[in-house]
Amino acid sequence: MTTVAVKPATMAQALTRALRDAMAADPSVHVLGEDVGTLGGVFRVTDGLAKEFGEDRCTDTPLAEAGILGTAVGMAMYGLRPVVEMQFDAFAYPAFEQLISHVARMRNRTRGRMPLPLTIRVPFGGGIGGVEHHSDSSEAYYMATPGLHVVTPATVADAYGLLRAAIASDDPVVVLEPKRLYWSKDSWNPEEPAAVEPIGRAVVRRSGRSATLITYGPSVPVCLEAAEAARAEGWDLEVVDLRSLVPFDDETVTASVRRTGRAVVVHESGSFGGPGGEIAARVTERCFHHLEAPVLRVAGFDIPYPPPMLERHHLPGVDRILDAVARLQWEAES
Amino acid sequence: MTVMEQRGGYRPTPPPAWQPRADPAPLLPDAEPYRVLGTEAAAQADPELLRRLYADLVRGRRYNTQATALTKQGRLAVYPSSTGQEACEVAAALVLEERDWLFPSYRDTLAVVARGVDPVEALTLLRGDWHTGYDPFEHRVAPLCTPLATQLPHAVGLAHAARLKGDDVVALAMVGDGGTSEGDFHEALNFAAVWRAPVVFLVQNNGFAISVPLAKQTAAPSLAHKAVGYGMPGRLVDGNDAVAVHEVLADAVRHARAGGGPTLVEAITYRVEAHTNADDATRYRGDDEVETWRRHDPIDLLEHALTERGLLDEEMKRAARDAAETMAADLRARMNQDAPLDPMDLFAHVYAEPTPQLREQRALLRAEIEAEQGGTQL
Repeated sequence: MTTVAVKPATMAQALTRALRDAMAADPSVHVLGEDVGTLGGVFRVTDGLAKEFGEDRCTDTPLAEAGILGTAVGMAMYGLRPVVEMQFDAFAYPAFEQLISHVARMRNRTRGRMPLPLTIRVPFGGGIGGVEHHSDSSEAYYMATPGLHVVTPATVADAYGLLRAAIASDDPVVVLEPKRLYWSKDSWNPEEPAAVEPIGRAVVRRSGRSATLITYGPSVPVCLEAAEAARAEGWDLEVVDLRSLVPFDDETVTASVRRTGRAVVVHESGSFGGPGGEIAARVTERCFHHLEAPVLRVAGFDIPYPPPMLERHHLPGVDRILDAVARLQWEAES
Repeated sequence: MTVMEQRGGYRPTPPPAWQPRADPAPLLPDAEPYRVLGTEAAAQADPELLRRLYADLVRGRRYNTQATALTKQGRLAVYPSSTGQEACEVAAALVLEERDWLFPSYRDTLAVVARGVDPVEALTLLRGDWHTGYDPFEHRVAPLCTPLATQLPHAVGLAHAARLKGDDVVALAMVGDGGTSEGDFHEALNFAAVWRAPVVFLVQNNGFAISVPLAKQTAAPSLAHKAVGYGMPGRLVDGNDAVAVHEVLADAVRHARAGGGPTLVEAITYRVEAHTNADDATRYRGDDEVETWRRHDPIDLLEHALTERGLLDEEMKRAARDAAETMAADLRARMNQDAPLDPMDLFAHVYAEPTPQLREQRALLRAEIEAEQGGTQL
């Protein structure tokens, strides 16, 4: 076995590499969005693509999200594989009519004749000190729309793998890129990226026996930190990184919770009508007789995303997660 | 230190030179809608085109009356009629080559049929089925679109993609006057002009968006004038004059094909029927207005021009009527048969592969249906 130099890379670099590799491998892959060309995107994820592949392959569009996604639909109809960038979570909303009424249902309404192999990249979530409209957790909207796949990476390797898988998919995939993880580093070998896992598989990031933290995207590192801190309290926490919100990996989640008997769902999104409600219900339906306590949720508050100076109070942190773990009815065991 | 302090006193200087980015004059529509029929130009119109348009319009009118009749018999869930607008519907289909694409709105099933799609397939959605019927790639007709103006950016993206691939393909996208108020209309025209995409936008200004007249829809001098703001030519045409519509659209298609970019065509026409069979037009307009437009009927205009030039005799009229009746009888007969419906199909095409959750739900429905069938057998 050869030893390969593995260098630290950021999630943003892995995403850029995924786009570049996909564009090199398939001439039908086109990138379009606001500032993605000359500038390389406001997060620099498309850096160098216009130079390498030309502006017809990596296109600065007019500033209009419905137009970007709507024209991408037409491009996909003609056999291209568009990858669109929505500059920020909350700026993707103008494109929702195209997304819900066309992107998500074109395959269905044409009985499979007109699939739309579209990738929609959405930088999402908070924690970067963004002003209003720059920090939304919009995953629940996408999850509630039949016909879309929804994925979100938490590691550098998954960022590459999930984006490649999204572009290769014949279905539309929303890739939610956690903004505050763009600059997170990890040892990753860009020359031999990990095999692309099929969309729809969760992964156990940390094995444990006491309880399962079910989480995704930006909250995964927070949960891993909480799991480390929990050792001092005598809890051995398992952390499941969902990676794919749609399709949902009931199998991995169910197996974990049946093993540990306790579960907390952690996400930045608000709790009312948020993903945690669905996940808690699914876990309860499948694991009821294995559960020692109700499934709890640790989420953002049900408020408009707060300003930078107050966002730390909103985001689920280690303490709030540990407080929830403490409420998982341990008394019976002591 | 401010600029003024640095320089020891501020003197105004002119800004960098400004020039308009394009001369707006050639983009402006004419003051009057372009007409051929009823003018001297009618004498020069190609006899073959006139006869073709006549036969297609007679057939188109019969299609409209038959589809409306089918709603009364419960065979169509709803029908937005294009009666009175057949000139636009037919011409839009005729100006395209086989390799081109048509992007219809929900009122444009006649254009879809004129392009060669089987009428039964074209009416699938309006029949109340869960899918759009025809294969979009067979005749290069986009699936029928109900949300307003959302098909326009699709047309732009498709035409742009074709151009990037070096293919000679034009997209013609249809929308109504109400649709021009939607954001997607604006975004589509803007993208098309910036990309110089080979697209023709045909706005059928039929006077009403359900009940709302054009005066409440826009303060623009005309809908065609909107083109100027995007940097594309706007053309105004009498939408009931099939020859004029055909000529203006054919020009726009040629212009797009030659790399000249998009054109916005506003066809002035009138929706002589209600919005759909479920609408009551007497609540928002008077009979006089409708009667005025009925006297400017696209078929009458053509018939008059053909007759004046001695290009139409009774036998040809009968032949056109007979062909239309044959189409209508076939449509009636086939629409009177129940379409095969399998509820399980609802799960088949949501994704390329059903998700585990959809497989569970499909099993649930199957069990419900089996129990139901078991129950009726008892």
